[in-house]
Amino acid sequence: MSGLNQGDMRLSGHGLRCVRGGREVFAGLDFAAGSGEAVAVVGRNGSGKTSLLRLIAGLLVPAGGTIALEGGDGELTLAEQCHYLGHRDALKPALSVAENLAFWADFLGGERFDAAESLAEVGLDHATHLPAGFLSAGQRRRLSLARLLTVRRPVWLLDEPTNALDVAGQDMFAGLMREHLAAGGMIVAATHAPLGIESRELRIGGMA
Amino acid sequence: MTALAALIRRDIRIALRVGGGALIGVLFFLTVVVLMPFAVGPDLALLSRLGPAILWLGALLASLLTLDRLFMADHEDGSLDLITMSRTPLELACAAKALAHWLAAGLPLIVATPVLGLLLNLDMIATAAVALTLLAGTPALTFTGMIGAALAVTLHRGGLLMAVLVLPLSIPVLIFGVAASQAVIVGPMTFGAPFSILCALSLVSLVIGPFAAAASLRHGLD
Repeated sequence: MSGLNQGDMRLSGHGLRCVRGGREVFAGLDFAAGSGEAVAVVGRNGSGKTSLLRLIAGLLVPAGGTIALEGGDGELTLAEQCHYLGHRDALKPALSVAENLAFWADFLGGERFDAAESLAEVGLDHATHLPAGFLSAGQRRRLSLARLLTVRRPVWLLDEPTNALDVAGQDMFAGLMREHLAAGGMIVAATHAPLGIESRELRIGGMA
Repeated sequence: MTALAALIRRDIRIALRVGGGALIGVLFFLTVVVLMPFAVGPDLALLSRLGPAILWLGALLASLLTLDRLFMADHEDGSLDLITMSRTPLELACAAKALAHWLAAGLPLIVATPVLGLLLNLDMIATAAVALTLLAGTPALTFTGMIGAALAVTLHRGGLLMAVLVLPLSIPVLIFGVAASQAVIVGPMTFGAPFSILCALSLVSLVIGPFAAAASLRHGLD
């Protein structure tokens, strides 16, 4: 099941400073996550949880500090070894569920697993030919999770992952996260609700 | 290569499905050219003199019409974030998207040109010349236009940028395209000179466009 085969990896950030729209969101932030560890980023709205995830994903440039992944693939950048599950689901409404997933599987690069199996694991196997525009919010979330299963990358950056998922979906997702950690992956998740798995807490910006 | 092929295939599929952008350009082109004889009047000689210019202008406006949405749609639904994080260089991804746009929106214009040439009283040779210059010149329009499309994502200025930045850059393409067509029809100047420059413009923009677009998209991911 695991395509990771990375042994001991460590994702760490030191002295991170984030400035967005001229406003300093946070400064002097340190974090670390090793293989098999999950970090739950908590904080009040606007404290910079999404910004931290985007910094790690390489979508934002830090105003100070460094982020590094030790023990990963030396030839790939950090961004190329992360999956980013953001608020927006990156789905094209005109394409079917299967077409959306097949596109990301082809495009993202790296080791590929069976798309139909991934859809079955997230509970969307009955909807493969449905245009993605007809999916509910929870089903769109599940399709994004299928993307995480079809292309394996060691680091998962999740922004409010259980948003819109029903109770069964949350249990399913907790199971997927546990499998990912057991295979040596790392998870950094920004969340308001409990993640459903054992995780270390990283608080940004004071009490929520 | 499968990654880029998948991207091109996806973009063409979306453009060709209901609500996609492919037909809008051709319909706009059709409208401009169909209305022109009504505007100019029943002067057939005048129409055939203006023919290449009308076809080129219509094709230019039609191909720029849907271009400003090139990256905006992906930016809005979060796909652009993931495209940046893939193992394909962003420059190549931008080039692939522009190629898909040209195939879905530019190529139909060239296919429609022979039919529209009839409306403008152009003979077969003239129409063939215009179609050939469009084939050589519309890539230049798409690949320079993509710079404006990328800046539209970064600067959130949309249509204004296309007008201010991209249209001036498209003017040389228009000039040489019409000049090459006229060289075939009217004849004192050779066809080769303006046509070579047209091809050169396309080739240069094929290189500069993707690099400029990728550079500006990276800044816009905030």
